[in-house]
Amino acid sequence: MSLGILMLVHTDLDRAAQVARYWASNGNPVVFHVDRKVSTEDEKELRKAVSDLDNIRFSQREDCRWGTWSLVAATQSAAELMLGEFPTVRHVALTSGSCIPLRPVEELVDYLADHPRTDFIESVTVEDVPWTIGGLHHERFTLRFPFSWKTHRRSFDRFVRLQRRIGLKRRVPTGILPHLGSQWWCLTRDTLAAILSHPRRAEFDRYFKTVWIPDESYFQTLARLVAPRIESRTLTLAKFDLQGKPYVFYDDHLQLLRRSDCFIARKVWPQADRLYAAFLAPAARAPQKTEPNPQKIDRVFTSASERRTLGRPGLLMQSRFPQDSWQVIKTAAPYSVFQGFTELFEDFELWLSRRTGAQVHGHLFDWTRVQYAGGEKIIKGGLSDSVDIRDRNPTSFLTSLIWNTRGERQCFQYAPYDRQAINDLVIWDSNAQISVISGAWAIKLFRASMDFETKRKEAAWMQRVEDHFLERLRMRGLPARIRIWTLADFIDDPMEHLQGILDEIEPSAPRRLAEAPKMVDLAGFSVFLQQLKNAGMKPYLTGDFPAEVDPRAALRHNETKPYLVR
Amino acid sequence: MSLIGQYALRLQRKRLLWRAFRSRHVLRPVANRTRQIARGDILLFSTLRNEKVRLPYFFDYYRDLGVKHFLIVDNDSRDGSRKWLKQQPDCSVWTTKASYRRARFGVDWLNWLQTRYGNGHWTLVADVDEFLVFPFCDTRPLHALTDWMDASAIRALPAMLLDMYPKGPIDAQTYVEGQNPIEIASWFDSGNYAIEKNHRYQNLWIQGGPRARYFFGDQPHNAPALNKTPLVKWKRGYAYVESTHMVLPRGLNQVYDEQGGECISGVMLHTKFLNTFVEKSTEEIKRQQHYGRSREYKAYARQLETKQPDLWNTWSEKYINWRQLEILGLMSKGNWA
Repeated sequence: MSLGILMLVHTDLDRAAQVARYWASNGNPVVFHVDRKVSTEDEKELRKAVSDLDNIRFSQREDCRWGTWSLVAATQSAAELMLGEFPTVRHVALTSGSCIPLRPVEELVDYLADHPRTDFIESVTVEDVPWTIGGLHHERFTLRFPFSWKTHRRSFDRFVRLQRRIGLKRRVPTGILPHLGSQWWCLTRDTLAAILSHPRRAEFDRYFKTVWIPDESYFQTLARLVAPRIESRTLTLAKFDLQGKPYVFYDDHLQLLRRSDCFIARKVWPQADRLYAAFLAPAARAPQKTEPNPQKIDRVFTSASERRTLGRPGLLMQSRFPQDSWQVIKTAAPYSVFQGFTELFEDFELWLSRRTGAQVHGHLFDWTRVQYAGGEKIIKGGLSDSVDIRDRNPTSFLTSLIWNTRGERQCFQYAPYDRQAINDLVIWDSNAQISVISGAWAIKLFRASMDFETKRKEAAWMQRVEDHFLERLRMRGLPARIRIWTLADFIDDPMEHLQGILDEIEPSAPRRLAEAPKMVDLAGFSVFLQQLKNAGMKPYLTGDFPAEVDPRAALRHNETKPYLVR
Repeated sequence: MSLIGQYALRLQRKRLLWRAFRSRHVLRPVANRTRQIARGDILLFSTLRNEKVRLPYFFDYYRDLGVKHFLIVDNDSRDGSRKWLKQQPDCSVWTTKASYRRARFGVDWLNWLQTRYGNGHWTLVADVDEFLVFPFCDTRPLHALTDWMDASAIRALPAMLLDMYPKGPIDAQTYVEGQNPIEIASWFDSGNYAIEKNHRYQNLWIQGGPRARYFFGDQPHNAPALNKTPLVKWKRGYAYVESTHMVLPRGLNQVYDEQGGECISGVMLHTKFLNTFVEKSTEEIKRQQHYGRSREYKAYARQLETKQPDLWNTWSEKYINWRQLEILGLMSKGNWA
């Protein structure tokens, strides 16, 4: 009893010869189908290379094109030749020239001997197939495809659309239910013979000639009709990428392939010398009866596909540059933006970093210096504190900073008197936690030592800038987590508000706040606000601050009122 | 882009090709072994001047990767580079005394050689201080990559310049012929690159790294561009526009994903900052043959006057391998596995 190998080859014939020699010299006959596109000299060379082996045959050559009937026709003639020439063959496997056996031949033969009446062919109903190219499921079987998808894509698409529009459909032959599956199967002699000598074969062939990609459906469908016991999986490990082309195995996959315990792998890079040497060497172990276990290899290829389609969120680089869209996550990790906190609390940065363990920067978007945590000149990733470099591309600056420090939460201060360069980035970023105490800039002015007229102007300007930012923050449906208080509301119950922010930063820390940051001395602040109002500038963003009458201040103010006509 | 814009790009490409075609006159063949080039060979193109000390390692590195033929333009070297190149069995050499600047920094010359010899080949353009690193380059030859890109219908590989530098003053260690320059310049900046999209050519414009940080801190817009597309399946009619920063037709520049996924990319390790750099910059300022009248070298000189620059800092990363660069997000495997 032996296993017959059908081998469809069109390139790298020397490798195909090498593999065929391996099968044949271990007592398993091989039938080659050489694509007609291969030159006669190359074919002759192949024949010569295996001429010393008496169990190798060559079938009628077809001109094979991807996705067309020619591949099925080639398989049919090779299979007929196999069944006719080698009566001892009990199972027949369809392979390509770039397939390679991963386990000693005896193991595969033993395995098949243990399953003498089982057909290993992936065969899934159309509705359940996750892989499709060109978005065609059932239509593969109900439309006609006279144009090549590879070379005449436009005609292909147009003709599909035309058929859809005029509702042109054809009937699937009665008695069969279309199934799809991997092209690479291993069928029993009985099943294969039953398919090839089916009384309705002419009818089926006529139908499948205009089905799209019949090599993935002809045997898969007909096996369901004739086979007593189908095991819907393939013994050939073949993974396909997003473009529908098989993943290729290289030398560095050696261990991965060994551990997969699969019988045959497709496809191997022709120059993977180590793989060919390792797997075509005489068996170095006693035959084992392990089941194939391709999960590990699956994971490698799945993660490769994800890398290509999803990428790493928050990474901007030479081959990943997402368009500005709300669907794309903009940064690599959650971070916090605080506006108005350093004005209200004296030691806010220190307190926050102690309390959360996060890296707490000062005003990263200060006009004169990038205020990194600890006053550093350069931080992780080599980001410099140069304002010019930051302002050259603020978006890149912030995304790089978050990317470089992933694993360590970042917090930074923001204010209306900073460069307003990243507003659009943060409000549309689901990783951003933005907390604003509106009007807190007034405290900074209150405590600053400059003349009142300048303060008044600055206040008006800061209020305008902050108002603009708040207006954006109040838009509906922003992905960022946003908290806004007026200064008056915030100092009403600062502990409660701070707790809310910290809970979000560290959801797992149930501890209540024990130590609060030290609030600046606000004595005289409401008088200052009143002065601003009196000077014609209403600081409405601070909220309703309790009035505290300070007659002396009022008096002093009256003296300096700039526009008071005496 | 409007039809007029597209047509303007076409005209520009034609003009570049015409310049390349005309520049063939100034190239005098020293050794033309291009008949050795076989179908499917990977070719390397380079322009150089006085780089004898770097050549042996450069050739070894790329031969190891699987480059089959080197096509080199020697811009009037005086240090024996030409003689050395002539002796290499897999190298064709042309020489010229013409102006590097007027040949648009050598691009015209190489465009011509690529048009003439590169058609249908994977062509790599690399300066002698640039070393290509691509996914799996420690276990798979360049051919594995190009085969895969062929099968995936990818025509070009992006590989940004990654400036490497030594720890300590640039001229503290002396580079000797044949040595791996990464042994000295083994450090790099991992995450300070700013990216913009250039809508005209559809390429990404990358600036940053130690050069922007150290030499161009106050004028970052003048910092050198780091984006490169050095490996292209060349076809007659293609043309590099500015060094290998961008190619026409501009579809070749679309080597990045805009939906959030990652395309495959490599890195060009740029080992400019060796002890040889100091004398080189003095000479290049005098010659004024480099981009923006050697603006870059002038910026270096300003710094060099005061002290020998030390680009190293505590956040510098020491180069280990391509996987490290992948993890840091400087390059990507895409869906090659």
